[in-house]
Amino acid sequence: MQNILTYMTFIPLAGAAMILMLPNNAKLVRWFSAIVTVPPLLMAVWLFNNFDRTTAKFQFVEDYHWIPAYNISYTMGVDGLSISMVLLTALLSFICIFASFGIEKAVKGYFALFLMLDAGMMGVFCALDFFLFYVFWEVMLLPMYFLIGIWGGPRREYAAIKFFLYTLFGSVLMLLAILALYFTVEPHTFDMRVMMAHASKYSTAVLPMWPFNSWGWSFQHVIWLALFIGFAIKIPAFPFHTWLPDAHVEAPTAISVILAGVLLKMGTYGILRTNFPMLPVATADMAYWFLGALGAWNIIYGALCAMAQKDLKKLVAYSSVSHMGYVMLGMASFTTQGLNGAVLQMFNHGTITGMMFLLVGVVYDRAHHRDIEGFGGLAAIMPVYTGITALAFFASMGLPGLSGFISEILVLLGTWQKYPVLTILGASGVILTAGYLLWTIQRVYLGPPNEKYLNMAEINGREIFTLVPLGIIVIIVGIYPGVVLDMLRTTLDSINAIVIPHLHG
Amino acid sequence: MDLKNVASLTFFCPEIILSVTILLIIALDLIAQSRRWPAALALIGCLCSLIVSFDLYSAQPGLLFHRMIVLDNFSIFFKVFSLSATILCILMSIGSNEIDKVHEGEYYALLLTCTLGMFFMASSSNLLMAYLSLEMVSLGSYVLTGFLPHSRRSSEAALKYLIYGGVASGTMIYGMSWIFGMTGSMDYAAIQLALSQEGINKAALFIAFIFILAGFGYKIVFFPFHMWSPDVYQGAPTPFTAYLSVASNTAGLAIMIRFFFPGMSKLLASGDWTATAGVEWPQVLLALSMLTMTIGNLCALNQRNVKRMLAYSGIAHAGYMMMGLAILNNEGLAAILFYAVVYMIMNLGAFLVVGMVSNVTGDEDIDDYRGLAWRGATVPAICLAIFLFSLTGMPPFAGFMGKFFLFSAVVKQGGAFAVLAIVAALNSVVSLYYYAKIVKTMFLDSPLPEDKQVTMAANNFTLLLPLTFLTILFGVYFGPLVQYTNYSLRFFIK
Repeated sequence: MQNILTYMTFIPLAGAAMILMLPNNAKLVRWFSAIVTVPPLLMAVWLFNNFDRTTAKFQFVEDYHWIPAYNISYTMGVDGLSISMVLLTALLSFICIFASFGIEKAVKGYFALFLMLDAGMMGVFCALDFFLFYVFWEVMLLPMYFLIGIWGGPRREYAAIKFFLYTLFGSVLMLLAILALYFTVEPHTFDMRVMMAHASKYSTAVLPMWPFNSWGWSFQHVIWLALFIGFAIKIPAFPFHTWLPDAHVEAPTAISVILAGVLLKMGTYGILRTNFPMLPVATADMAYWFLGALGAWNIIYGALCAMAQKDLKKLVAYSSVSHMGYVMLGMASFTTQGLNGAVLQMFNHGTITGMMFLLVGVVYDRAHHRDIEGFGGLAAIMPVYTGITALAFFASMGLPGLSGFISEILVLLGTWQKYPVLTILGASGVILTAGYLLWTIQRVYLGPPNEKYLNMAEINGREIFTLVPLGIIVIIVGIYPGVVLDMLRTTLDSINAIVIPHLHG
Repeated sequence: MDLKNVASLTFFCPEIILSVTILLIIALDLIAQSRRWPAALALIGCLCSLIVSFDLYSAQPGLLFHRMIVLDNFSIFFKVFSLSATILCILMSIGSNEIDKVHEGEYYALLLTCTLGMFFMASSSNLLMAYLSLEMVSLGSYVLTGFLPHSRRSSEAALKYLIYGGVASGTMIYGMSWIFGMTGSMDYAAIQLALSQEGINKAALFIAFIFILAGFGYKIVFFPFHMWSPDVYQGAPTPFTAYLSVASNTAGLAIMIRFFFPGMSKLLASGDWTATAGVEWPQVLLALSMLTMTIGNLCALNQRNVKRMLAYSGIAHAGYMMMGLAILNNEGLAAILFYAVVYMIMNLGAFLVVGMVSNVTGDEDIDDYRGLAWRGATVPAICLAIFLFSLTGMPPFAGFMGKFFLFSAVVKQGGAFAVLAIVAALNSVVSLYYYAKIVKTMFLDSPLPEDKQVTMAANNFTLLLPLTFLTILFGVYFGPLVQYTNYSLRFFIK
């Protein structure tokens, strides 16, 4: 299929435009949006079947001139790294449309913005031109701002602008870094593939300027840091994580799912896509502190914060901070296991946390609060719901047989060979995770049923429909991780091979 | 080509057409009583002048009127630019309630006079001509600022503007007199020749440059000559504020580019410029640029009046555009021209919506925008949001491309200019806060019971939708505009 990636990206955008022309009928708009997300999902399945797992090259590449004078082109393509994210995006977008059926306010606006967001996310993962990548990266912010700001909770305005400002701060630094790379490549181009091929050209001579000369930093290091800050805000890595709990708590359920499931992945995706292959010397130098140590700190800090939360959604949000720490830790290891584990963790976190946010949404829709202490004994009232919750929670804490286990163990195995201390710290996060999740299960689901909620309705068909696909993926990947890992391995090995020669010791 | 007075007239048609239009409006204003024709006449005059201006591209570049005026691609660009801004402003004025209250004939005659002055600002190659053209624009602007009868704010603004303008231009002509004293000439080319000789007092020359900068600075609105702008923006009739914010500001940049680049610098083959006479004015511009954008953005953060906020945002944008001057390369200048065009589109668009809202509510306070999207004005609210995000520099809107080219010109220079790029980039983040504040008020806040329904007449959209379309179009397909701005960057230097 020609131009399949373009179709996947722009069908939702066209859908968004069409929604604005539909009559003001909520039911029609909802089902229309659901239908719009089906073709990208089917195309994603087709991609999954036809993707060549033996090569690290970009596949399904589309390359058109856009602005020839500046060598800006419209280049799309996927490799093993991006295809997993494309699959995740297509799936979660489809599911989240159904999870949004409860939206009553300005329905047309909501679904139009949601589809725009979908297009932006798809574009980020498919773009191979750095300029195009940046445009998609930024385009995504606008719908997100409105989705949180208009349809969010009580403090939505604060959360929306905080998210917006944080991300923009990161992206302007990224823009400057992109420009600096552009002017270093001869002839000037934004094509990521050319930039990767030029990896050795980016100067590694120590800059004569203070403070860089005292740190021994070169052009590569400075650019690496600028890109890293842009991506770290999205991950979100400590200390840039504070927008995340706010945004998650205020966002409507489906948006939380997208935020955790897709947007956070863009941070680590960006680092693997650009920092690793384009700036290998700096990556080798910086990885220990900026990815490894920071990742381990994220794991523990996020888990401890999660443990202290009283709000169920905030707990899940902080657990995201913690779980994204595994991704960073695995990336820093430069071993096959570590890197594969990291990207698998990105995929798994998308599905598991997606489930967890959907589950929180279910109980919030019924009780209109998310206070952990305010429930109790839900297992007796809503047995099916509790069963699915248990699956998601156990996957999140890394129970063998479920997907979270595979990625976490791969990360820890990979890192152990390089940084035993960080691995021990990271592994202790597993215990903390088990701690807060089990404690939550105990407080919310076990014990005597809360009198107030004796009549709470069991999870309904639509809600089950949104959860089941994710649950199935969690189990399949847990039993046979090869489904995902086979796609990743070749690409990640080739990325790894670029950095390894520059490692010290 | 170096023409005498009569021979020059052939290449002076756009100006002649404008002058005739102005005189016609004044003369007919004495006779006819109907309300609509001055606008129509002004519009026709501008369109004719625009067409004739394009025709000038076929002419040889050269000097007119005994080396007073230059005809080259750069001056034609600014003719086209000023005329476009004027046409948009006339269209805005037609739909505005404020302008209905005043003598329309005088209003349009003065507006066109300002435009005529801007033609000269962009094309003068002589200190005297530069000063006169600047004053011509200023005088018209003072009157138009105070044009609302019975509005204390409007009169106050005009008085402030007049005093600031008087001081600034006085300082400027004093600086010019120093240069004349040192070089014995008013002509840019002769000055440059004289300055490249030995024995010029660098300190004196530097001081003269600083004095001259005062005049430019007050037109472009950069720090520390920016104080007049919020009051004037708030007090002046909204269509004229829009005009002032794009046309007058950019004409100031044009006169400054003309003075510093073909005038005081030499172009190298690489597309970089070197400042002659070894005076460090680029460093001054660099510092002023950073200060201007930072102060503009920080002051805008807490404004409650949307016009004042846009005034401070205009100061910040002037700061961004000055980056292109400070880095001394052709990319920077081309980026300024590109930025000027997209800034005109998005800023006029923003003022258009502000004018539409104040037509209904009578004020520009940010509270008047509360829940605007849910009060019957969804389309204007969406358009304003697009203009504001474009002003922030978000893709896929034109403002992003403007900033992109400016940043890329700065990054290309590299080295210490990286600091400038970082300051500018962080400033865009700061600016998001106040632009988004308006968007927040329009979309995220719910209207209170006492907020009126805002209904917009259909004719309001005839200008709004094309501007919105252009803001998006130049954000995704900007190739032809880039080519045009690069093409416009050809100076006639003798």
